[in-house]
Amino acid sequence: MLAYGGGVADDVFRALADPTRRTILDELAERSGQTLFEICGRLSTKHRLGLSRQAVSQHLAVLEAAGLVETRREGRCKFHELNTAPLRRITERWLGPGTAGPEGSSS
Amino acid sequence: MKIHLTSVFVDDQTRAEHFYTEILGFVKKQDVPVGGTDRWLTVVSPDETGGAELLLEPARHPAVGPYREALVRDGIPLAQFAVEDVYAEHARLSGLGVRFTQDPLEAGPVTTAVFDDTCGNLIQIATVPR
Repeated sequence: MLAYGGGVADDVFRALADPTRRTILDELAERSGQTLFEICGRLSTKHRLGLSRQAVSQHLAVLEAAGLVETRREGRCKFHELNTAPLRRITERWLGPGTAGPEGSSS
Repeated sequence: MKIHLTSVFVDDQTRAEHFYTEILGFVKKQDVPVGGTDRWLTVVSPDETGGAELLLEPARHPAVGPYREALVRDGIPLAQFAVEDVYAEHARLSGLGVRFTQDPLEAGPVTTAVFDDTCGNLIQIATVPR
């Protein structure tokens, strides 16, 4: 955990600092495994975010570098999946291991 | 001016003919040899046989490969067809083994889904309010 406290955690916090990237994570939490086309469609139609495909691609690269998004090739398509493991690790920094839920604070 | 013909490049015209007629349910309109094994092969909607034709064009030009590869990687469809009910079509086509890269998604008044046409393209279906 202490070894983790450095650069990797910084990447996670930096990735989460941007509201558009948090929206992308919201959408991937609703349905994991989306193409760039679907993510762009959700951002523009559901959230009225008029971002270029290149801009969305760059946001995804930041999320992927932080480990919050993983990509998988299936056939010739590339799908983006949510990975919540880095979130658990950054909360353990203050809450302690195994206390991710509210029930963890009892006793 | 009106749109009477549009095209998608297909890896194999025989497979494309099967997929676009037997699976999707379009009707063959023109099938004319144009040299070698290539055909001028078009399909139309069964509800609108005098409407716009879709040309299933051989994908042999060297630019087609990289162009389609880049689009498919990002999940971008090359054509959109209107359906009565995206959810029903998704269920019907999935039952026939069609692979969807985007399951039905409601975006305001429009519902869409995207599938692989097995001939190198992604195709979007949409229910559009009238």
